[in-house]
Amino acid sequence: MQSTPGNNRRWRTIKSAIVSALSFIAAILVVAPLGFVFFHLVRSGAGAVNLSFFTQLPKPVGEAGGGMVNAIVGTAELLGIAALIGVPVGVLGGVYLAEYGSARSNRMLRFIADVLNGVPSIIWGVVVYGLVVLRFKSFSAYAGGLSLGLIMIPLIMRTTEEVLLLVPNGYREAALALGISRWKTIVHIVMKTASKGIVTGILLALARVAGETAPLLFTAFGNRFWNHSLREPIAALPLQIFTYAISPYEDWHRQAWAGALVLIVGIFFINIVVRLLTRNPAFRVL
Amino acid sequence: MIETAVQSPNSMSQQVTDQGTHLPTVAPTEVPAFKVQNLSIWYGQKQAINDVTIDIPSKTITAIIGPSGCGKSTFLRCLNRMHELMPHTRVEGKVLFQGEDLYGAGVDPAAVRRRVGMVFQKSNPFPTMSIAENVTVGLKLNGLRKRSLLDERLEKSLRMAALWDEVKDDLKKPGMSLSGGQQQRLCIARAIAVEPEVVLMDEPASALDPIATMKIEELIGVLKSNYTIVIVTHNMQQASRVSDKTAFFYVGKLIEFNDTKTLFSQPKEKKTEDYITGRFG
Repeated sequence: MQSTPGNNRRWRTIKSAIVSALSFIAAILVVAPLGFVFFHLVRSGAGAVNLSFFTQLPKPVGEAGGGMVNAIVGTAELLGIAALIGVPVGVLGGVYLAEYGSARSNRMLRFIADVLNGVPSIIWGVVVYGLVVLRFKSFSAYAGGLSLGLIMIPLIMRTTEEVLLLVPNGYREAALALGISRWKTIVHIVMKTASKGIVTGILLALARVAGETAPLLFTAFGNRFWNHSLREPIAALPLQIFTYAISPYEDWHRQAWAGALVLIVGIFFINIVVRLLTRNPAFRVL
Repeated sequence: MIETAVQSPNSMSQQVTDQGTHLPTVAPTEVPAFKVQNLSIWYGQKQAINDVTIDIPSKTITAIIGPSGCGKSTFLRCLNRMHELMPHTRVEGKVLFQGEDLYGAGVDPAAVRRRVGMVFQKSNPFPTMSIAENVTVGLKLNGLRKRSLLDERLEKSLRMAALWDEVKDDLKKPGMSLSGGQQQRLCIARAIAVEPEVVLMDEPASALDPIATMKIEELIGVLKSNYTIVIVTHNMQQASRVSDKTAFFYVGKLIEFNDTKTLFSQPKEKKTEDYITGRFG
């Protein structure tokens, strides 16, 4: 103890400095790719992002110019269908987990939801291909939206459950003690209190599936023209990027970069909305 | 659905008064609000209430005292079936409210709670709602839509809770913007807005400072003329200040129940005496 207090302290200071430096480097390594990706996208893609990119259909091979308006609209449509499937099922599933389920069934459901969250997205594409595309003998917007919606369900379910569990029990008790029925308590008190958290979960799930490509390969398939029926193949930004990026044409490569930039800015935008939502001082949950 | 438990007031007169020796000194009313008979409650394997029989008089303040873990909160919560929110609860015996078995088949717990309201230890105004919305939410979600009636009940409840003058210009502000004591009075206003017959209070002042506590105690005294009040408190001075009757619970059993004055001045049971003189608990 009394031998070398000075040395001891010096050695501790050195250790502390080493660990600080290592964690700093690790933090940089985490953030740097985002910076590189964004920088590279802007450099390669910004030039091709112009008005016609947002307003024109793709031009035939060999003609310069054209845009990806059909893919942008297609992605929006696919997200809409995905939300129609994923939001109600996911939110209600989360409500069940947080408010109704027994401890044992919940443990099982949570485990399954977590496994589903880990399933590679291409598997969802294959599943929907087998269930929908083969049966109706056509790629379609419905099939694409369904595959994205299925990915959203376990994501939304778990976030909804988590924010509902953050609502203090005192509010449930207060509402029930007023003679308010259980389901009204859940809808008007618990879910209302957690509404921003639930919306945040939904937006994050949308942002996550907006960039999914693999599940759309065998479901939405892609389309170089406008989609006139949801029963037909539909274009999507990630698919279009994929197609253009592996093509041999310079002009298409530029457009692929532009598409990637637009997609990432869109996802960025969703995340910023989430940030604003969660920063509001009235936001007590999460 | 509310009608299942609501019964005509004339059934009160059909009740036989067999209250015996424990008539309250203040208001010797006709029928007890609650007749609890051989009540036992379990949480899983653990017995929280053990064979309790007690008549709680109406339009009277009954205090329940006892050391922590004696089952006083559980007992209070079984009077409006709030304890059922805990998993694996089991009830034996009877709780008759105005002669009707609260645990009878087909009795909707929500209907019970409309008639037997509750105020909690920690004030819990709904965070997403304004002061006004907090008071009227019980009425609205129970189906009352008429604006004028809601406004009338809002003012009446806030006045009764002695809060109207302090908040009448801020009704649109969040309920959470009030001070701790005001929040608790808001919760009392919320509870009485649905016009229950009984208000159960689970240590309503234990988280408040002395001045706010005093206001709540004054309020409880005023509410007595309209409501039957059952209050759980770990504060014996509070029990002796506010209540007409006091019940002393110990390890799930009702040890003694008497007029507050008598219980504190001449306790019959050794356990009661030990507790009120501060020898344990």
